Amino acid sequence: MSTTPENVMEQFDERGFLRRLSWFDWAWAAAFLVGTIYASVHFSQWMDRYEQGILYLSYISLVWVGWVWKPARAFSVVVTALTLFALFQYPNLEAAESNFFLNYLLASQSAIMWMCALFPAATVVYFAGLLARSEFTEKVGSALTWAASGAGLIGLLVRWWESYLISPDVGRIPVTNLYEVFVLFAFTTGLIYLYYEHRYRTRALGGFVGLIITASIGFLLWYHFDRQAYEIDPLIPALQSWWMKIHVPTNFVAYGAFAIAAMVGLAYLVQARNPEGWTRRGLPSAETMDDIMYRTIALGFAFFTIATILGALWAAEAWGGYWSWDPKETWSLITWLIYAGWLHLRFTKGWRGAPMAWWAIVGLLVTTFTFLGVNIFLSGLHSYGEL
Amino acid sequence: METTTTPSQARPKRRRQQGTAAILLQFLGSMNLAITLLVVVAIASIIGTIIQQNQPYPDYLLKFGPFWFEVFAKLGLYDVYSAVWYLFMLTFLVVSTSVCLWRNTPVMIKDMQRYREHQQERSLRAFSNKREWSTSLDAAEVERIGAQALQRHRFRFRRKSHGDARLLAGMTGRTNRLGYVFTHLSIVVICIGGLIDGNLLLKFREWTGQLQIETRNIPVSQIDESSRLPVTRGAFRGNVNIPEGRSAGVVFLDLKDGYVVQDLPFRLHVEEFRVEHYDTGEPRSFESDVILTAPELDAPIHQTIRVNHPLVYEGYAIYQASFGDGGSQLGLRAWPLRGEDRDPWELEGEVLQAQSVEIGGREYRLELEDFELFNVRPTEEAQTRRDVRNVGPSFTFRLRAPTGEAREYHNFMLPVEVRGRQFFLSGVRSSPQEDFRYLHLPADSRGRPDTFLSFYNSLQDQDALRTASERAAEATLAEYGLGDSGLVPQVALSARDLVRRLLEEDLPSVLHYLEQSMMERQVPEDRREMLMTFSRLAMERTLWEVYEAARGDGDLRPVSDADDDGQAFFRDSLAALSAMDLYAAPVFLQLTDFDQVQATGLMIARAPGQPIVYLGSGLLTLGILLMFYVSHRRAWCWIKPRPGGGTELLLAGANQRDPLGFQRSFGALADELDARIKAAEVAAGHRRD
Ligand code: HEM
Repeated sequence: MSTTPENVMEQFDERGFLRRLSWFDWAWAAAFLVGTIYASVHFSQWMDRYEQGILYLSYISLVWVGWVWKPARAFSVVVTALTLFALFQYPNLEAAESNFFLNYLLASQSAIMWMCALFPAATVVYFAGLLARSEFTEKVGSALTWAASGAGLIGLLVRWWESYLISPDVGRIPVTNLYEVFVLFAFTTGLIYLYYEHRYRTRALGGFVGLIITASIGFLLWYHFDRQAYEIDPLIPALQSWWMKIHVPTNFVAYGAFAIAAMVGLAYLVQARNPEGWTRRGLPSAETMDDIMYRTIALGFAFFTIATILGALWAAEAWGGYWSWDPKETWSLITWLIYAGWLHLRFTKGWRGAPMAWWAIVGLLVTTFTFLGVNIFLSGLHSYGEL
Repeated sequence: METTTTPSQARPKRRRQQGTAAILLQFLGSMNLAITLLVVVAIASIIGTIIQQNQPYPDYLLKFGPFWFEVFAKLGLYDVYSAVWYLFMLTFLVVSTSVCLWRNTPVMIKDMQRYREHQQERSLRAFSNKREWSTSLDAAEVERIGAQALQRHRFRFRRKSHGDARLLAGMTGRTNRLGYVFTHLSIVVICIGGLIDGNLLLKFREWTGQLQIETRNIPVSQIDESSRLPVTRGAFRGNVNIPEGRSAGVVFLDLKDGYVVQDLPFRLHVEEFRVEHYDTGEPRSFESDVILTAPELDAPIHQTIRVNHPLVYEGYAIYQASFGDGGSQLGLRAWPLRGEDRDPWELEGEVLQAQSVEIGGREYRLELEDFELFNVRPTEEAQTRRDVRNVGPSFTFRLRAPTGEAREYHNFMLPVEVRGRQFFLSGVRSSPQEDFRYLHLPADSRGRPDTFLSFYNSLQDQDALRTASERAAEATLAEYGLGDSGLVPQVALSARDLVRRLLEEDLPSVLHYLEQSMMERQVPEDRREMLMTFSRLAMERTLWEVYEAARGDGDLRPVSDADDDGQAFFRDSLAALSAMDLYAAPVFLQLTDFDQVQATGLMIARAPGQPIVYLGSGLLTLGILLMFYVSHRRAWCWIKPRPGGGTELLLAGANQRDPLGFQRSFGALADELDARIKAAEVAAGHRRD
């Protein structure tokens, strides 16, 4: 490397964050701004001022995520394009069967089925790549995960449209029953994982994270075929609130992050049995996995806290009290305390390693109970998502 | 390796001569206690999700049995979250956090202010994150470059001379320390807010016996003063049901197995309550139009309260919580099923009221419980949840026998189509734990229960039955070519016997009985089949004769009764007959008329602690974000002139919590410093050796 001043100075960028953004960053953000404004005007009949606020807040979050994590931009463009394409093909519900694209690709059922196929495929491919030490195969795993997440997201967005096609008064955001939130869980977990894959530059954990997503898809399929859960039911009065639009997705970012932490914990424990062997295969070092576990739990904890607070604010408006010791609330508190314990052990006691990995796995079991078990086994105010 | 003292490391050093108080503080603020408490509270909280909270006490008694019911009641498990031991644990958690906060906040604040510019070269060298340069640039230039690089990485710094060396002591992410303070402070704040809204005063008054819990279901005006609470500025949460057109100025607070009455400083008048439905029959909205009047208001407030849209007045929040019947007027026709006199009579009733009725010479108490205008049920061929139909009004009542024993009934006003035929459905159960089992009373061609009921009643009429059975015996015998065998009285007797059995039991047991009696009489195998058919025919003919007579009875005759239809109706009637004994009611109550009055269920709450809890929640969110996403880092540049000209630079850094992340950011800082130095060297036309 020649050391001319210019050349040397190139290696670090003097410019601030905004100056470093490319023209594409700006064009992308501008395009979505136009889209957002259009949506806010065009659909204003269906939105109150809070929902307008949420729309713009979502826009800001999207731009922020896209600028920080560049692959999110292309992803958002593809998802938006396909979703819009689907909506243009979709004047009424019958089109879902007569139109080729809708029937095989983009109607919510089809898109979600694609997601259900792609995530398990990605899991298998990731593991194959890990065992065969093939970087190319692992890249295919990433591509499949992107595609699966996209399919899930498109599925929900189109489903949103479909709910309005059934009847305008049935129309609502598709995050209101177990079926929908399982789709939400699968693709949010996929996307959060992809972010950490990008950030830590390792694809070796994809298979492990894929396991939990595949498990949730197993449930989703059972629920789909055994219980016809894909039906779009109208909202009961208690759920007719804009709070839901922020409360539920926030919760699922947390659940996704906790799930990843537990799966990395699993990878950690697997690796601990034969460190050299697994490190040679490409699993990250114990320290790195420990660090990913911390990052994801911190992310999950922050979102979980916010989601619980949002839930309390909503409860204050819907049920007449911000906290009623309803089973779902109580289990949220339990989950929160379990992870607070984890963070204390790490911060003040400096614990690392296998016990923390186990704790993360137990944490996920508790989380799963909060998310699913409460609806199945306990009754309370939250019993909307019953099986 | 690290010289920044973390609070936990600082503690052991402070262990001087310890008094009891110090030891106690030590214990209360210890990490082990904190983690233990976090886990123990988590586990204890599970109890309240397994045992459903705040249910009526008799339900618990039924579920757990008398012994465990008492034990659980003593432990407060029916309202765990206000049990003394649970609150005690929460208090412990708050105390522990407070102690930790009290002890650590000063340390944290100091940590935020101090740049640690007294660090010595030797100790800097002991850091694991460090890098060194030796450059021909002069010390001032290096100091300038160091300052630039630190600034670019958002470090604030102090300069200090150590002899001929210069130290730049940098620090960034100080607010991380505030994060710690905010997070723990928020726990305390939230718990205080929660405690205020937990209304300890009320619990205390109940505990000391100043407040009596009312368990009877009596009008407010009769409730004793000792069970009433005056208008308060404190917290409460209660419910009140107000029928349309009525008003209320109190709410009921559920306490243990009863309630107390809380007075309100305003009155609520309910004009109307509405339920709107989707096409699928599921409710779309519950709305109450209310008028709020208070002495201090010039004009009353008119507002519609909906789910998710409460009315808030002076800190009192009024929510749409539930709904029910507010005393609908029902017109009923009573069809006695027992006793001598079987003529129907009319009566009036009001839901939620009880009256006594005399049936077959016995005095019953009729408690009308509920009336529902819509009953949405799945259609028979339902494939999806959307295939539903409305089967019209229904009402629920309890009939209490003089012995005190009661059964509950659920009757529909209109006939419901089941497999192509019309039936009046009447459900019965003997306890609320059971599901209703429905009797299917066939509706006649005019859509009334009259034909079946008069048929059923004719069967009790011994004379009518005798005539019918004789005619049936004759016809049956004639069919078998035994017209003049003189067997008519015998066959008629046996047919009547079978009819009686059918009424008391059901068809399968009648057939079973027939088989039994033939075995007893040692009828040869080959004749049994024939005899069975014969007896059954005689019985059915008897029933048919009675039925014919009954429907020919005056105005009960169906207007256009195609014969097929008549046959089908007869078959339905037989099925209903054999179910009558399970129905076991002395009367069938037919709903003929109604005037619906609904009641809205409002929840009214005051939560003065709410702003405090929200403040705490804000602090918590802020604190957690600061703690996780602002990293508190330190970096030092030690700049020392080289003896023969040029400068030596030592960069060292420390971060307490995130070694891996810090390694990366320290690397970036060092790389930048490196690049700047090289660039400066090139620019100055110098070459490094
Ligand atoms: C929101 C969840 C919480 C988080 C994220 C959290 C985080 C932390 C952190 C980071 C520390 C170490 C501070 C440091 O040394 O830099 C700490 C210490 C501590 N926390 Fe928490 N905390 C939380 C909730 C609680 C609760 C509910 C309690 C109550 C039991 C508690 C009690 C303590 C105690 C006793 C310490 C030790 C203080 C010391 O070192 O003396 N924390 N916590």
